[in-house]
Amino acid sequence: MAINWFKYSAPATFYELAGKLVPWFAWPSALLFAIGVYIGFFVAPTDAVQGEAYRIIFIHVPSSILSMFLYLIMAGYAALGLIFNTRLSSMMASALAPTGALFAFISLWTGALWGKPMWGAWWVWDARLTSELILLFLYLGFIALHASIDDPRRADRASALLAIVGSVNVPIIYFSVKWWNTLHQGSTVKFTGTSMHVAMQQAMFSVLAACWLYAIAVTLARVRSIILERERNTQWVAELPEARS
Amino acid sequence: MNKLSLFGLLRLVIGRDLMLAMRRRADVLTTLIFFVMVVSLFPLGVGPELDMLRKMAPGVVWVAALLSSMLSLGRMFSADYLDGTLEQMLLAPQSLSVLVLGKILAHWMLSGLPLVLMAPVLGLQFDMPVQALWVLIASLLLGTPVLSMIGAVGAALTLGLRGGGVLVSLLVLPLCIPVLIFGTGAVEAVSSGMSAVSHLSLLGALLLLALVLTPWVTAQALRISME
Repeated sequence: MAINWFKYSAPATFYELAGKLVPWFAWPSALLFAIGVYIGFFVAPTDAVQGEAYRIIFIHVPSSILSMFLYLIMAGYAALGLIFNTRLSSMMASALAPTGALFAFISLWTGALWGKPMWGAWWVWDARLTSELILLFLYLGFIALHASIDDPRRADRASALLAIVGSVNVPIIYFSVKWWNTLHQGSTVKFTGTSMHVAMQQAMFSVLAACWLYAIAVTLARVRSIILERERNTQWVAELPEARS
Repeated sequence: MNKLSLFGLLRLVIGRDLMLAMRRRADVLTTLIFFVMVVSLFPLGVGPELDMLRKMAPGVVWVAALLSSMLSLGRMFSADYLDGTLEQMLLAPQSLSVLVLGKILAHWMLSGLPLVLMAPVLGLQFDMPVQALWVLIASLLLGTPVLSMIGAVGAALTLGLRGGGVLVSLLVLPLCIPVLIFGTGAVEAVSSGMSAVSHLSLLGALLLLALVLTPWVTAQALRISME
């Protein structure tokens, strides 16, 4: 029996599949987020060194992780779209970009909120802060380039090339910023050597899982809109029940 | 024409771009004047204390170089794009990457090299010691070609777009940060009594990496933009 591996690489079939998948990611995400935040705020003990303010890491760490991973995933989809000329991969890349930028922004924002009580400053030119800021700039550049080209196919390919160049550059930027910082000033505040409390781990991992599921759900929902927008002149869109009414 | 070697092709493209620029000298001069002006504005903004100026000098010169190289990026392909030359270059049987490399080198000679030559004069304005000045020149000499090369990718991607000038800065500036860091780092290392070799070696590594990758990426970007 021949299986059609590429069935869901067509926007028309993927539109339907994504519509069915969205609730399966959205609801567990909301549930896990509620559990994680509950454990984080009410179960996890107060940190010996950092007091109550450390609890912001339950949001901060997952969003930082997500912002970095989503850039790589976005660049991967963009490369697929560029190499194999598949429409859906490019749509996925442009659907991922706003979510990645959002996570990068949340990560910077919560980092600043955490830095004020801990370091006594909203912003420190720490290597990780700086490279996160540059990551946000890279996302914004991707979105801006995509938005300023009218022809969607050319926009896909041009921004794909930018994303690939960016992902080659990300390690270089990271290490350059790291060396720059260590040359300038001494070590920054680090997490104290003690291992994390179990409740802290539970809170962190459930929020992390919630963020992953959220990112997937939102990307699928957004890619559905992009598909509809790009394929609005096709037969199958005209035959959709939601388009007919 | 068929016997044209890669090196001959490179020389041909560079010679053509230099000649075109010589016919319109104002363009080259404007970038240089912009560079001088931005650097001269800093002491007016932060005050004339020589101690502070000496400390700031490498950063100011490098940021000004970065900005003025952004300013001239728009010119790299746009004239050729508008009069159809670029289309002929894409159709040419010779390697597009080499053609692009020629254009990048010509762009550097017109926008990067004048800055390198001008930098010592500006460094003296900031009371930089002679040793630091030499390192500044060396770092600019290694770094400004990288700026032209990364900039070429941005210029090719934004070819013929509305508001391309601002957009190209948005795309290219984050990618240029390592060059800025190592460039200023080299001068600061010398000023604080350390060796600048590690920074300069890293800049050289960036230059080699960019030399290998960016002409090809720019050629791909041009093909995307010219479809």
